[in-house]
Amino acid sequence: MVASHQGLAQRVSDAFWRRPRLLLLVLLLPPLLWLGVVYVGSLFALLVQSFFSIDEFTGLINYEVTLKTYAELLQPANFDIILRTTLMAASVTVAAAIVAFPIAYYAARYARGPMKALFYLGVMLPLWSSYLVKVYAWKLILAKEGILNWMVEGIGASAVLNAVLSMPVIGGGSLSVSYIGTFLVFLYVWLPYMVLPVQAALERVPQNLLEASGDLGASPGQTLRHVILPLALPGIIAGSIFTFSLTLGDYIIPQIIGSSRLFIGQAVYAHQGTAGNIPLAAAFAVVPIVIMGFYLWMAKRKGAFDAL
Amino acid sequence: MHSERAPLALKIAAFAGLAFLHLPIVLIFVYAFTTEDRSYQWPPPGLTLKWFGVTWNRPDVWASLGLSLKVASVSTVIAIVLGTLCAAAVSRAKFFGRESISLLVILPIALPGIITGISLRSAFNLGDIPFSTLTIVLGHATFCIVVVYNNAVARFRRLSGSLVEASADLGANSFQTFRHVILPNISTALLAGGMLAFALSFDEVIVTTFTAGQQQTLPIWMLEELVRPRQRPVTNVVAMVVVLVTFLPILGAYYLTRGGTETAGVGK
Repeated sequence: MVASHQGLAQRVSDAFWRRPRLLLLVLLLPPLLWLGVVYVGSLFALLVQSFFSIDEFTGLINYEVTLKTYAELLQPANFDIILRTTLMAASVTVAAAIVAFPIAYYAARYARGPMKALFYLGVMLPLWSSYLVKVYAWKLILAKEGILNWMVEGIGASAVLNAVLSMPVIGGGSLSVSYIGTFLVFLYVWLPYMVLPVQAALERVPQNLLEASGDLGASPGQTLRHVILPLALPGIIAGSIFTFSLTLGDYIIPQIIGSSRLFIGQAVYAHQGTAGNIPLAAAFAVVPIVIMGFYLWMAKRKGAFDAL
Repeated sequence: MHSERAPLALKIAAFAGLAFLHLPIVLIFVYAFTTEDRSYQWPPPGLTLKWFGVTWNRPDVWASLGLSLKVASVSTVIAIVLGTLCAAAVSRAKFFGRESISLLVILPIALPGIITGISLRSAFNLGDIPFSTLTIVLGHATFCIVVVYNNAVARFRRLSGSLVEASADLGANSFQTFRHVILPNISTALLAGGMLAFALSFDEVIVTTFTAGQQQTLPIWMLEELVRPRQRPVTNVVAMVVVLVTFLPILGAYYLTRGGTETAGVGK
């Protein structure tokens, strides 16, 4: 029995050795079946549904291929949602790049030994700690009776805060129901995704390049602008893929912290849920895919994928 | 001459950035002890340990914690198997479509979670599959594959091909080589990837809202509390425990892959 078992293992083993393609097929088949059936199959099912439309009178799905649902996206109310989400994603990305750069630069150039580990874990722990807990923390911070208002009052800056909140569009009744609040939470939650690739890009900048720049008479500011920033750019773009994509698709943060005006994710959620308009929800879901497809194509041309 | 000391402004900006990342999490810890139970009042009027006991006696918290642990364990096992197979295939040979496979593995987390979620939901609806623990696991395992894959690919790259050939020369068949040569070499990477996959699944909420039926995972429970706060003190305690529970696998994964060229969490 043992011998025949051994023999079978040996025969299979020999077959793998003679025909490496067979081994490759055996290795790839399970994961490809899973991803192909469960994931790509589902994506395809979604895509197909976006070409159906909903009958306005009966509320049932009309299974005829049409672009009518996509046309609905261009109605002012729906188009506003797309515009609002894209603008938010863009501002979060820019802000994340600005805040992340000093952290990444210090960690890559100056931090050594234990300080390096501190910075690594200091970015990694917030990245991996619970998304909902992070959002919850900001609910605590931004609450009217919360720590931020307490600090603002403590330094006597309530008038400044009220002035900011009374501004049109970005303002609101309080921080937790304004776009500023939504923006802050997005920035906080996605910031680590920007730090890591920027740091990876900066680690690869050779030290002698900076010395050469200094030897040729460049001030530190000039070196930063003309040597370091261009070399960090692929990292920044790689990070922006995360911050941009994650903001585009999020529906929980604007639901908990923000005004009642919808973002794309919320629209998808609302249309597939209570409204039961699956085709429109599917068409909305295609929007981030298209925007990200375009974004990735641009990023690839800039060589951002080498920095991932 | 380049000085090794950072400019003061840079140092301040870097440490302020780190503080920005951590202070909100610290705040959670303070709130778990507050005596205030009707609002988010700061500073806390008093400190108490009472809410830990209250939380301990809550069956709904235990039920959702149990479901989350179950889903995360099963998804992690599936992800380890599929991610390792995929990584082995991609790292051992160049073949047509190799780049597309990496893309396919990364896609479930590269696209926004809501798209994965609604795709799965509409597919389950079309296929008349009832929502259950199984459907949650199907979703979680799909996006967990990538973290195991990333860790395993990095380790396979460092694993020298001559080791495998030597094993074959010494008469071991493929299975023996895998068991005695490959597995010991990749095990820490798999463990690290598995821990990260576990943390990712344990925390996932966006895809889960679409693939869960009536069951509540712990993140879904949290989400309910966030949208309609009912028991703020219990939520505070749960939030603190969740932070502590997710920190452990991250620290573990860090120590397991430390010193290697790969960084465990990159590309979450």
